[in-house]
Amino acid sequence: MNRWNVMKRILPLLAGMALLLSACGRSDLSALDPQGPIAQRQYDLMKISISIMTLVVVVVFAICIYVLIKFRRRKGDKTIPKQVEGNHKLEIIWTVVPLILLLILGVPTIQSVFGMAKDYSKDKDAIQVKVTSHLYWWEFEYPQLGVTTAQELVVPTGKKISFELVSADVKHSFWIPSIGGKMDTNPGMSNRMYLEFPKEGVYRGKCAELCGPSHALMDFKAKSVSPASFDKWVAAMKAPAVMPADAHIAETFRSKCLACHAVGDQGTNGAPNLTGIGGRQTVAGILYNSDVVKDPQSEDKTVEENLKTWITNPQKVKPGNQMPSAADNQLTQDEIDGIAKYLAGYKLDY
Amino acid sequence: MDWLTTVDHKKIGILYLLAGFIFFLVGGLEAILIRIQLMKPMNDFVAADTFNELITMHGTTMIFLAAMPMLFALMNAVIPLQIGARDVAFPFLNALGFWTFFFGGLLLNISWFAGQVPDAGWTSYVPLAGPTYNGTHGVDYYVIGLQIAGIGTLLGGINFMATIINMRAPGMSFMRMPMFTWAIFITSVLIVFAFPVLTVGLVALMFDRLFQANFFEVGGGGNTVLWEHVFWVFGHPEVYILILPAFGVISEVVATFSRKRLFGYSSMVFALVLIAFLGFMVWAHHMFTTGLGPVANALFSIGTMLIAVPTGVKIFNWLFTLWGGSIRFTTANLFAIGFIPTFVLGGVTGVMLASAPADYQYHDSYFVVAHFHYVIVGGLILGIFAGLHYWWPKMFGRMLNEGLGKLTFWTFFIGFHLTFFVQHFLGLLGMPRRVWTYLPNQGFDTLNLISSIGAFLMGIGTIVFVLNVIITWAKPRNAAADAWEDGRSLEWTIPSPPPEYNFKQTPLVRGIDAWWKEKTEGNTAMTPAEPLGPIHMPSPSILPFIMSVGLFIAGFGFMYAHHWLAAGGILVTFVCMFFRSVYDDHGFHIDPEEEVQA
Ligand code: HEM
Ligand SMILES: [Cu+2]
Repeated sequence: MNRWNVMKRILPLLAGMALLLSACGRSDLSALDPQGPIAQRQYDLMKISISIMTLVVVVVFAICIYVLIKFRRRKGDKTIPKQVEGNHKLEIIWTVVPLILLLILGVPTIQSVFGMAKDYSKDKDAIQVKVTSHLYWWEFEYPQLGVTTAQELVVPTGKKISFELVSADVKHSFWIPSIGGKMDTNPGMSNRMYLEFPKEGVYRGKCAELCGPSHALMDFKAKSVSPASFDKWVAAMKAPAVMPADAHIAETFRSKCLACHAVGDQGTNGAPNLTGIGGRQTVAGILYNSDVVKDPQSEDKTVEENLKTWITNPQKVKPGNQMPSAADNQLTQDEIDGIAKYLAGYKLDY
Repeated sequence: MDWLTTVDHKKIGILYLLAGFIFFLVGGLEAILIRIQLMKPMNDFVAADTFNELITMHGTTMIFLAAMPMLFALMNAVIPLQIGARDVAFPFLNALGFWTFFFGGLLLNISWFAGQVPDAGWTSYVPLAGPTYNGTHGVDYYVIGLQIAGIGTLLGGINFMATIINMRAPGMSFMRMPMFTWAIFITSVLIVFAFPVLTVGLVALMFDRLFQANFFEVGGGGNTVLWEHVFWVFGHPEVYILILPAFGVISEVVATFSRKRLFGYSSMVFALVLIAFLGFMVWAHHMFTTGLGPVANALFSIGTMLIAVPTGVKIFNWLFTLWGGSIRFTTANLFAIGFIPTFVLGGVTGVMLASAPADYQYHDSYFVVAHFHYVIVGGLILGIFAGLHYWWPKMFGRMLNEGLGKLTFWTFFIGFHLTFFVQHFLGLLGMPRRVWTYLPNQGFDTLNLISSIGAFLMGIGTIVFVLNVIITWAKPRNAAADAWEDGRSLEWTIPSPPPEYNFKQTPLVRGIDAWWKEKTEGNTAMTPAEPLGPIHMPSPSILPFIMSVGLFIAGFGFMYAHHWLAAGGILVTFVCMFFRSVYDDHGFHIDPEEEVQA
């Protein structure tokens, strides 16, 4: 067959594959449906490599099938095939052609490696975020803005977000597939990377490095909002804490919860910051709040119910995590209900 | 008793096969449990920490206790025969190597009964595997078990290197060696360079864990990335230690069953050497997301991509060995032919992974799980099955049942692709690897179900193989010397199974594919290179067994801080070494008359 004819048949196949791939998965999660320039660039590299590789696979499979059909031994065939030593021309061809194919992949690879490693830590226009991974939650600190949040990263659209990544305990890996590939968090040293969020939305993030029993459940969200909303969010985060109206609940919350957590200007950041938790998509990263997410699933509960589930027995939701259960914490059912109701109502306006 | 004291390479090969296959079944059972857990979202078939123990033990068992020993089984069974030798260079060390592997593996698996199981992944990244975050004895079993088993591997590597260099029959120059022998030679070199690195890492981790050292403890000034480097400097060559022997097997099987000599022999050799060399240079491609910086990532990207070139050369050479041949579809050949496209799929995803910026997406996702199972299962395990079906008559004197063999192939092969092909997509859709469970409605549900069904099919294929072995056992030993009629190398010139001394007279090798050459010239036997005379054989010995038991005991002593027990175990080993040194054992001779009787 004419070589060009082969190409004419393969090219539409490759294009079809690419289309098929891009139709897969959730757009807020899948690396095949990129929502930002970094993920887009990675997806482009994937497409180049998948195309080259499909070409290779098709050639090999074609030869393979042809050979197996053509040269099968017929019954009673006793002839001895010619003992071929090799063929230098052929061997050189299948050394040089792969080299050329690799060059096609290698050049954009190198460009992207350096492109993605750009450092925006000194850029006044970029938002600096320090990500600290903990067993099994994520802390996001904005050193320029004096704000700390957890589990739900909030960023403005259209700006470079420059991350500094560290770990408080074991290795984890920070990954938002539809926005950009991952980077490990190493204890004792920090890594850098940057991402961009052109569109508003909430994207699913994952921990990608085995870190213990609840590694699978160490999800987080990345929420991109308009720059104006972002400014409002920062202001709301910095406002003094809203405490429970009921004095007893307020006291319980202060003594039992704020020993580790923080809201507004109260408490400490030893555990996830709870400011505005009523407006977050999830409790603990994995319990989806049916009254907050846009596409609730049948098994999702409201924020308040999810909070109760969590506070009552965190171990059951995320095995091996560090938060004491209600029993350990000596909380009565009334106190659980009161705290859950208060936190569910704690929303930020932005 | 005979089996505990044997130093005969053929028997040791069978021991390796038996032990390796049992561990393969253990690792397979662990895999099935993993796939049951992941069959549906938010499943709680096993607990989260049990799951991490399962994946850790599955990976560690499959790589160190199943795949490598089964390869050692093939090497032991075949290499001395292929090069026309009567045994390996150091028969005593060979036995010692088996027993240390066996007791190391046993120690590792006793963790299941001790209730403290390694759970930090087969890579045991610190600090998760360090004393601060892993306070039980779980990882101690990993660290000590692998050290003991590693002694065995290293001894094997040294032994086969020496054997292949020194004990080839007259006339067998390096460029006349069968491809499998070449592959094992290069593999042995890799073992000799890579395993000491692992040992150093394991010793350092052991000191951190048992004696409060600070190699990897950040709090004490240690460095966690150091472990990643040490592990992968060993770990990447390790994957080539696994796959090169499979390349060798495929070369033999494909040539035999297409009745043709291997296409491009010298380029095949050159490709092997190049792959081995590059294999040492690319370890950091496992660390693209660790944060080594763009220069390192760029260099390791390109270095990794280059491996595709010699690998491609091998693939096309196999295809052109088949081209123009007279192809016979035996079970062994089915496995070999199944290997080629499967390994190509695994290889091309390897090139995709090598593009560092794209790997930021793939790394530690199910895409990687799919990739390395395509190379390890689709490459290595298919290769081992091909080799087992091919050399079974030589090892045991009985032909495996072809019908059952083909059933094994088809269930295993289809099950394999069902299990792992979809995992590429799971990874790209955002599923991280090593996850105990996943939330519903993320697009993972159906693909995971398909994957689990495939795993069951592979399990069935394996069971059929076991049945085949049992049924074959009941049959008479009637395999011919040249069991496939188209044998090309020296192992097919002697009876199946071979006598204790392999070759009555060392053969004279007159060209590549020595036996084929004689056959085409109308000869019915090899020309001997020496007169008939008494054959010197090494004596059997129980010492290797006792020495390994000593190390096994010492391992427990260290782990549970009973230092007198540790000292006792080490003492046992040293006393054995002492006896071995002072007692001059000259072995024994088999007389020519006896040979005639035998
Ligand atoms: C030849 C037999 C091979 C075996 C047995 C093998 C095995 C593996 C294994 C076990 C891993 C997973 C490491 C982990 O994350 O735990 C891996 C990753 C990788 N392999 Fe291979 N591999 C082979 C061939 C190749 C080839 C031919 C290439 C490239 C040309 C390649 C490139 C890679 C890369 C870049 C990774 C890192 C992926 C990541 O961690 O994200 N491998 N391989
Ligand atoms: Cu984590």
